[in-house]
Amino acid sequence: MGEVTFLEVSKRFSLHVDGEVHHVQALDRVSFTVNDGEIVALIGPSGCGKTTALRVVMGLDPSTGGRVTVDGREVNGCGYDRGMVFQHAELLPWLSALQNVMFGLEMKGVRGAPLRETAEKYLHLVGLKDSQNRRPHQLSGGMKQRVGIARALAIDPKVLLMDEPFGALDAQTRETLQAELLDIHARTGKTILFVTHDLDEAVLIADRIVVMKNGRVQEIMNVPLKRPRPDLALVRGTPEFAETRYKVWRAIHDGAALH
Amino acid sequence: MVDVANRQEKAAAVSETETAERRPLPSWMITLASIAVVLILWEIFGRRVNPVFGSYPSAIAQAFWELAVTGQLWSALYDSLRPFLLGYALAILIGVPLGLLIGGFHVAEAALGIYVTAGYAMPLVALVPLLILWLGLGFAVKVAVVFLMALFPICINTWLGVVAVPKTLIEVGKSFVAPDIVILRRIVLPATLPYIMAGIRLAVGRAVVAMVIAEFFTTISGLGAVIINSANNFDTATMFVPIIVLMLMAVGLNWLIGFVERTVAPWQAEIAGRDRE
Repeated sequence: MGEVTFLEVSKRFSLHVDGEVHHVQALDRVSFTVNDGEIVALIGPSGCGKTTALRVVMGLDPSTGGRVTVDGREVNGCGYDRGMVFQHAELLPWLSALQNVMFGLEMKGVRGAPLRETAEKYLHLVGLKDSQNRRPHQLSGGMKQRVGIARALAIDPKVLLMDEPFGALDAQTRETLQAELLDIHARTGKTILFVTHDLDEAVLIADRIVVMKNGRVQEIMNVPLKRPRPDLALVRGTPEFAETRYKVWRAIHDGAALH
Repeated sequence: MVDVANRQEKAAAVSETETAERRPLPSWMITLASIAVVLILWEIFGRRVNPVFGSYPSAIAQAFWELAVTGQLWSALYDSLRPFLLGYALAILIGVPLGLLIGGFHVAEAALGIYVTAGYAMPLVALVPLLILWLGLGFAVKVAVVFLMALFPICINTWLGVVAVPKTLIEVGKSFVAPDIVILRRIVLPATLPYIMAGIRLAVGRAVVAMVIAEFFTTISGLGAVIINSANNFDTATMFVPIIVLMLMAVGLNWLIGFVERTVAPWQAEIAGRDRE
């Protein structure tokens, strides 16, 4: 199981700009559900609150109103039922790839032989068996993010949360990793909630797309593309892809016209 | 097309080996050459000066030989090193945890930060008479002077290092539900290590100065005594011996600390691309 529910979630914070206090409504009564095993993309222009929403689910930022539940249990701080993949991987630079994956497991209390075995298993899953002893600066951007994904998956969370995980990668690496993410999803069946500003990525990967604007949910759209999607290049050529992409584009830009 | 690509690749390979052959001089060679030039110039111009007002390398070397043969130099060095090493070690043992505490906890920063900032600028020489009243003229006061001079750069650097740890790395720890103390030990401490090592390096110079100050102003002893006694006898060449020994000691310690740094925090040099030098 791994069902995430947003119930009227609000988040307000204060910014101090040149001595003035600005109140920012980062999330304004956001409600939606991510079903078990589903991939949902949060998309919208920068500052729309999509990353804040993800951080609230992870428990890194508390909400100021409403509640988020994972399988009915209210989120209160971080927990092992959620695994976070950070925007720039954020590997610990003094640890090897394997040790980085082991770090999360150690925190969860895994000790002895299973510690190393589990870490190796997940590095293998993301295709990094041969580079496990390299330190982060010896890995390419794509490899780093693979380690980031392995680290989050290794603790066996119910939900994988991803904050623009492929945003900093070059186009080819991004496409490879998108396909690999779908493959990992097919094998593990994890619920995935990911933030992106890339229209194509949202449509290619997600089952549903939540379009956000100014802290509110603008629209929730189904992606009428069947799973599995083994060849993303083919998916791009389908009329459904083009149509959905256009619809999401409209949803984002209609919102812009209102303000 | 393929042929063109191949040829380009070969051309690239050739130019790579060429640049490898034109590698710049190793830095130790440049350092040695620089020292040689300075020594030669010093020798030439130093010989023209009245030996009371100045000296030159060969005279200093002779004085060094005399001090070394009589054993005077080694016993003085031993007398100086004991309070130096103890004070310096205490400064590391207390400065690093204190810096971690001040950098890591807002309350500690607000309560203690101001003393550390002020203490760094403290005119220690002016405090020596007071320290003598408290601790006497012997070993303890020398340790205290070295400790106080070395403590602040170590503490401040550690503090700055903690503040500079990227917030996202700490969030990685939080996302895996690591308790604060584990985040401090497993994330903040290693991330701060390069700063700590820089502070420990900066403290070497200050600790050497502190040691000599202590030897001048408390019981005259150690290398400081050799300096004062030879200066009083207008034996300038002998006076230079302990000064040069101290400078060599500081250089040696710096090198040692650099070696320790590369051993405990190899990733730092690798990230900066300094590992192949």
